[in-house]
Amino acid sequence: MELDSLYQEVILDHYKHPLNKKLSPTFTAQVHHVNPSCGDEITLNVNITDGIVTNVSWEGVGCSISQASTSIASDLMTGKNLEEALKIVESFSDLMSSKGTMAGNEDVLEDGVALAGVSKFPARIKCALLGWMAFKDAAIQSSKN
Amino acid sequence: MYLDSGATSQKPRQVLDAERNFYEHSNAAVHRGAHLLAEEASIAYEGARQVLADFLNAELDEVIFTKSATESINALAYSFGNSANGSRFALKPGDRIVVSEIEHHANLIPWQQLAKRTGAELVWFSVDSEGRLDLSNLEELINPSTKIVAITHQSNVLGTIVPIKDIVSRAHSVGAVVVLDACQSAPHFAIDVKALEIDFLAFSAHKALGPTGIGILWGRSEFLNSMEPFLTGGSMIESVTMTEAKWAASPKRFEAGVPNMAQAVGFAAAINYLNELGMDNVAKHEQDLTAYALKKFLQLDKVEVIGPKNNIDRGSVISFTIEGIHPHDVGQVLDQYGVAVRTGHHCAWPLMRKLGLVGTTRASFYVYNDEADVDALIDSILEAQKYFKV
Ligand SMILES: Cc1ncc(COP(=O)(O)O)c(C=O)c1O
Repeated sequence: MELDSLYQEVILDHYKHPLNKKLSPTFTAQVHHVNPSCGDEITLNVNITDGIVTNVSWEGVGCSISQASTSIASDLMTGKNLEEALKIVESFSDLMSSKGTMAGNEDVLEDGVALAGVSKFPARIKCALLGWMAFKDAAIQSSKN
Repeated sequence: MYLDSGATSQKPRQVLDAERNFYEHSNAAVHRGAHLLAEEASIAYEGARQVLADFLNAELDEVIFTKSATESINALAYSFGNSANGSRFALKPGDRIVVSEIEHHANLIPWQQLAKRTGAELVWFSVDSEGRLDLSNLEELINPSTKIVAITHQSNVLGTIVPIKDIVSRAHSVGAVVVLDACQSAPHFAIDVKALEIDFLAFSAHKALGPTGIGILWGRSEFLNSMEPFLTGGSMIESVTMTEAKWAASPKRFEAGVPNMAQAVGFAAAINYLNELGMDNVAKHEQDLTAYALKKFLQLDKVEVIGPKNNIDRGSVISFTIEGIHPHDVGQVLDQYGVAVRTGHHCAWPLMRKLGLVGTTRASFYVYNDEADVDALIDSILEAQKYFKV
């Protein structure tokens, strides 16, 4: 069924048991992003010290895709250096705009490749990107601070 | 199964034919040109106005064609905002605009912003847990400082039909005007602006079997002829010099530029189609279908209807939530089963916040829906619950 290409088991797992979904008490930057078309909202904290992402945490409401995607992104970014992290975000953005033609590089995106199917559902791409864009925004703000 | 007529309706062939026929046989700029074609275009366009006037039991010069209900309400808000000091529509600090918590953004933001621009105060009726407006503070809310009461006739989220009689009489007793957002009512049951005693009304053709790009603003002519236009330009003037312009009477005063003619003609075709069905039959059909659907919904496990659960003063919009599944995911699974619904905040974000919801899934019915569509909806909800294992 076509739905299965959207809702991979990995996604449903992250949705039911999201990672890092509890805001850290301290952060080097905090952002709040909303998806005005469906009302999804997240707040995301990053801690970046000496160019290394030491912690990503978040809180928010949204559909399975946005929640799972944010969970995956937060896990993936932790421990990366800033430059590397932003490259991963870019690679995920490319995957999302691939209209189903890319499978995604598992070495780079890890669980993120489970979201490849989302690129075939134009209305859901924004859901999948919410957490990643929030991270990118926070990372850039943090590096300016 | 198209269950999203609350967003926009499908269109009968008669509407498409009417637009095509206009372009093929009568296309010219209305009220301009000395040729027969322009004459025919004007007859078709003014004929459409008559159809709308009759539909609402209004006078011909009170029906203004706009692009949509959104434009109608904005035009009204800007017109009030442009009123000269001393006009009954001029707003100043201390004046009041009354809306409700269940408004669509289109009947909230124009008033919210008008209040900001003029220093007037915006206040609102609250919604209760059943999804009805709490009118217990009617007299306090609509106080003698109130100039405008803008209210929806039927909620696009909850289906609630607002009992406007008391609101209208209170508003008039303090000298305020009543603006009715009829987007979700005029397509579904008979409206008589004289019987309702309201002052202004707006709705869009595209939710009433008609084309996109056309809607109406109706207002009492004694008001319209003393109001400022919002758009200025061709056709809306009585005379013009290099430095001055005098406005034409309504409706021309509010229809600057070459209007959406084919769309107006298509709008009239849609209204004629509804008239042929009979608005009372349309309303009965939807009531029966809603009763059938509500009964089925109330038997579902872990599914909550958001809005009135009985069929009294209620239209054919059913919003619901499913425990453990986000509306966007519900919509996705339903779509997989060929059931088209709307999900999200339905352009009523303040209402969602008030109800403590991130959004709902909404099914809305119209003339072409039947019980088989409701059955398919219910079956697909069960499938969604199975899929997400809730
Ligand atoms: C209650 C209500 N008011 C206003 C509108 C705005 O209508 P339109 O977008 O056609 O201008 C809608 C449409 O969704 C509505 O449901």
